[in-house]
Amino acid sequence: MINYLKRNISLTIGLGLLIFLILFTVHGLLTIEFKQAYPLAVRPKQPPSLKYLFGTDFFGRDLYTAMVVGVWQTAIIGLVAGAAGTIIGIVLGFISAYFSGLIDLVIKFICQILTPIPAFLIQVVIASSIDKRDVTIITMAIVVFLLSWMAPTLVIRSQVLSMRERQFVAVAKLSGMNSLEIIFKEIFPNLLPFIAAAFVAQVFQAVFASFYLAVIGLGPLREPLLGNTIWAAQSQSAFFNGWWWWPVGPSLAMILILGSLALINMGLDEMANPRIRNKE
Amino acid sequence: MFVLKRLLFVILVVWSASTITFFIPRISDINPIRERFAELARLGGFSAGELETIVASYSKAFGLDKPLMQQYFDYIGGVMTLDFGVSLNKFPKTVLMLIAESLPWTIGLILVTTILSFVIGNLVGALAAWPLSPRWVRGISTSFILFQGVPPVLLAILLIFFVAFKLNILPIAGAYSIGTIPDFTFEFILDVLRHQILPGIALIFGSLGTWVLSMRGMGITIQGEDYVVFAEHKGLSSYTIFKDYYLRNALLPQVTAFALALGNVITSAIVVETIFGLPGLGFVLITAIRSNDFLVIYGIVLFITITVAVLMALVELLYPLLDPRVRQGQE
Repeated sequence: MINYLKRNISLTIGLGLLIFLILFTVHGLLTIEFKQAYPLAVRPKQPPSLKYLFGTDFFGRDLYTAMVVGVWQTAIIGLVAGAAGTIIGIVLGFISAYFSGLIDLVIKFICQILTPIPAFLIQVVIASSIDKRDVTIITMAIVVFLLSWMAPTLVIRSQVLSMRERQFVAVAKLSGMNSLEIIFKEIFPNLLPFIAAAFVAQVFQAVFASFYLAVIGLGPLREPLLGNTIWAAQSQSAFFNGWWWWPVGPSLAMILILGSLALINMGLDEMANPRIRNKE
Repeated sequence: MFVLKRLLFVILVVWSASTITFFIPRISDINPIRERFAELARLGGFSAGELETIVASYSKAFGLDKPLMQQYFDYIGGVMTLDFGVSLNKFPKTVLMLIAESLPWTIGLILVTTILSFVIGNLVGALAAWPLSPRWVRGISTSFILFQGVPPVLLAILLIFFVAFKLNILPIAGAYSIGTIPDFTFEFILDVLRHQILPGIALIFGSLGTWVLSMRGMGITIQGEDYVVFAEHKGLSSYTIFKDYYLRNALLPQVTAFALALGNVITSAIVVETIFGLPGLGFVLITAIRSNDFLVIYGIVLFITITVAVLMALVELLYPLLDPRVRQGQE
């Protein structure tokens, strides 16, 4: 295990960053006062100091507290939307590849039609159709998930298609296993690395998409989601007014989150496709 | 036949996108006209009692009182002729007029940054995989992959902080300095270009990582191909092999990837525009979101979807010109 991590550098760094983020958030959640992440809690417009680690914003929020809550909420959106997208992808991918025929054609066709439509724009339409007071962390996750199940579906489908032709499946069939047994006992375990990679990719997409939506002002405006903080800073012209710490803190946090997910994803790709590894 | 198939696909994509944008807002209980006028009423101007009358008469004017299916067919017909309706906020301007006014800014930014990032990214990626490039070149070019995880928007904020705020070399935001009059003078054009540098860099580096990563993958696969080995045995110079045998072949799949990436490129450009306050499509979109101008939001979304679908089809139609193998397969 440790030897493998030494070889797979991107996975190691990515996991390291992720563990750091988890520790930061868990420690933060145990020590902060939640109230300070919301307006009118502390003195506004204070630069970073020992008292306010990341400063405070125009509305009187402590930005350290806001960041802890923001990272936590980002994690919820990413995990909920990522898990939902992956599960739908697995189910549809399996149905499509294993039973083939008309179902396969329909699922594949729908995926192909929806893929060229820029998902972000449809998410903008959905998010702006929701009453601004109803937007919560969970509705954000749902909005993001609605248009992100196509990629995992196609990935799982193509993997199951190639698995189905392998000899161990033929042997299993000859030994009298039924479809469900073959799916769960033979194909599924072999797909796990691909599913893990698809899941991480989904979480990345979900975090990315919800961040973009929040940055253009479609997030749950009361919550200190990282994108919301940047949106608020931009609409108050933070840089022109000299409050540089307001948008920079959440940006750095977001870079760490997305960077660690991208590195883990690359590492998992390397694990799932050993061919890339061998060529090096 | 091939052309016809692609055309049909484009129409299907646009049709499904416009169906989604038609029905989703109607599932939710928001009435765009009521939202808009309720907002105006909050700001003062007329009493809430008049609101329902105004909403009813405007709904009639926009055809919102017709049966749903009738509205749907009118809407699809409008989309197919690029008629997205009028802006509620900047009435009587039509959505298409708003798009046309802001489009040059967005096109300029996207065209330059996309070409540059595609060229640089693929060259760097090819060098990262090329076995004859020096160790340090491979090291540096491989590290470019790290940019893959950083969205252009975040790069934009960091660039504003370091370059514009700390060093004060370039402007923080805006398309031109406040106080200058838009005109085709040399100074003004220079001023505009200065304002485009940071958004440009953010977009180029924001999409570089993807190209480097995929090109490196392609390069590694191609090294083992027979024709590269054959060229080596023929004694061709490594520069010729790199340029004609290696780069050209590795680039082919990248062209297809380019078509697929168009949606992301445009999305990123739009959000970066809002960060810098440039007067492009992104600015129109964010203003529309702030003022509940729904028809503008849907119009921009559909306009971009149509553009992406058409461009993707074009790339696929032009692909046989680049790759003779595909051409023969079709004939």
